[in-house]
Amino acid sequence: MKLRNIAADFRIVSRTYFRNPVALFFSLIFPIILISMFGLIFSATGTGSVTLVVVNEDHNSPLSVEFLAALNNTSVVPVQVVSVTAQNFSSYLGQNDYSTGLVIPAGFQNDVANRIPVNLTLYTNPEAASSAGFAEGAVQGVAAYFNLQAVCAQKTCPPVVGYHTAFVGSQVYKYIDYLIPGLIGFAILTSPMFSMVDIASSYRKDGIFRELSLTPLTRAEWLTSRILWYVALTFVTSAIMIGSGVYLFGAHVTLTTGMIPFLVVGPFFFVSLGMLAGSVAKTPESAALIGNIITFPMMFLSGTFFQVSSMPAGLQAFARILPLYYVIDGMNQVMLYSNASRAFIDLLVVLIGSIVVFLLAIRLFKWRDE
Amino acid sequence: MSAAIEVEGLVKRYGSLAAVDGIRFTVPPGTVFSFLGPNGAGKTTTTEILEGLRRRTEGEVQVLGLDPWTEGTELHRRIGVIPQDFRFFDKITPKEAIEYYRALFGTKVDPSHLLEQVALSDKANSRYDTLSGGQKQKFGLALALTNDPEICFLDEPTTGLDPQARRAIWAVIRNLKREGRTVFLTTHYLEEAELLADQVAIIDRGKIIAAGSPAQIIEKHGQPARMSVEGSPVLAEYLRMNLGAAAVVEDGKVSVTLSDKGDALKILTAIEASGLPWTSFTTTKDTLEDVFVRLVGQMDEGALKSQGAP
Repeated sequence: MKLRNIAADFRIVSRTYFRNPVALFFSLIFPIILISMFGLIFSATGTGSVTLVVVNEDHNSPLSVEFLAALNNTSVVPVQVVSVTAQNFSSYLGQNDYSTGLVIPAGFQNDVANRIPVNLTLYTNPEAASSAGFAEGAVQGVAAYFNLQAVCAQKTCPPVVGYHTAFVGSQVYKYIDYLIPGLIGFAILTSPMFSMVDIASSYRKDGIFRELSLTPLTRAEWLTSRILWYVALTFVTSAIMIGSGVYLFGAHVTLTTGMIPFLVVGPFFFVSLGMLAGSVAKTPESAALIGNIITFPMMFLSGTFFQVSSMPAGLQAFARILPLYYVIDGMNQVMLYSNASRAFIDLLVVLIGSIVVFLLAIRLFKWRDE
Repeated sequence: MSAAIEVEGLVKRYGSLAAVDGIRFTVPPGTVFSFLGPNGAGKTTTTEILEGLRRRTEGEVQVLGLDPWTEGTELHRRIGVIPQDFRFFDKITPKEAIEYYRALFGTKVDPSHLLEQVALSDKANSRYDTLSGGQKQKFGLALALTNDPEICFLDEPTTGLDPQARRAIWAVIRNLKREGRTVFLTTHYLEEAELLADQVAIIDRGKIIAAGSPAQIIEKHGQPARMSVEGSPVLAEYLRMNLGAAAVVEDGKVSVTLSDKGDALKILTAIEASGLPWTSFTTTKDTLEDVFVRLVGQMDEGALKSQGAP
């Protein structure tokens, strides 16, 4: 492979691209539309879980149990009691993706009985504003009820049960946080797949491959320059997606160099796969069909718009045979969980797949006829 | 120097159909060779085999001493090809395309000079999809010259072009020959071949049915020259009686076959001596097109007969 040839072809690809308004729209504007659309649809639901996790340090005293039952009866926040210490509670909530938690302090029953003001601690996650609102409303209401009915029969006494709020210790991930790696994956899949399948068949039909076969450019060089172009495009698209996700929806992502391998290997895989699909097909119509059959399941089931872990078990198993799953999972691992070892395995899967598909594509796509 | 192109016993079969059926010809370097034939005769198949774009079934093919299929990479550095209906990336201009090819071939050609050569300088910065048919062909021609080729293959370069554009392409082809390049030209415009080609081969149904210079082919396969005057059947009868010439009357024209260039003078003298009225004398000679139509027509008749058609 000659770098000069790849560079020359890369210039042609980029010029062709920049002079095509539709292509530009899809790589530069469409990501913002996607992020906005899905962000708006799903951001209202936050994490989707408003379970109120409770640590009862008053050791299930009758009054504390009564208080929790009252909370549960509001049906706004189903109560779930866990046994962790109050010190670890905040980080426990964060690690387990809970956005709200409540601590009932030791001596709750005693203090209330003796009219000594007592404070509950309500943990909320400001990112999940709606669930925080629900939980705070419920706790406020039940505390007021206790102050009025159960404790202070005389109207003059000051309220006994109060609460103060604290924030959930570590990051709780919102839908938008998952959405960014998911949609970057979506772009890595769709942009090269759709255009390469089309290019593979239309360049053959129009005789452009024939034209190129008469030059010293090799098929491997040609495919490499396309891959490099889509890598460059992926970097731009990802930057736009991250930018609009953070700016419009306050998404939290960790920008690490760990992302880079996925932004390179992802396009490497899908440009090669698109070329392979387009080469196997005899006509542009059948090429488009093959492309769609490969692309559509991955578009929805690899963790693009919906987390794989939230899908039924059968679909989860299916997702694990989809190459895009490993790209998106890998990006989630580096951008959200900082789990390098799992990301490395994901990367390895995609890389090996890419090499195989690249070699197959080179072999099966023909410049000239027999 | 040995031949630029040498073909011996070339066969290309698709299943049981022989698209090219055992042809042979030689193209000397620095000449224009024109390959003629009706549509589907096997022109493009042969051309693509020579260019290394298609694999042959049988036979020997040498282009610049190389086997086009197995030594295609080396060959492609030394030939230039303009396919029938040249296509390129829609959004790329001729200048950019030449720069692209220049980088690929590693040559140092000047794009503006090349575009000047094919008379396309004014469209140097216009994108492919905005060019007319003739301009696109010139674009292809310029691109095919980027690597300073020894042989230029032009597959029907003027098909579908207006007369002006065709003449411009012809000028370029003449220039290629002047520069010492070999030109392999397929066309179905017979006048084009007659004007430009040193050697012509006519292919029909995969077989070469005539070969040689245009003059040789006309000589061999054409009808003799004829002289005709406008006159009456009486004049024709007079010529038959006095000269023993086979004079034919058709549409008020009396025509006589000329077997020798002295004949014309003899006949004219006899006509004048007859005292009969006559006007407007012309001589006609078969063109390559007449020969082509007759030869291909004969092949068609033969084919019909052998298939047992009425």
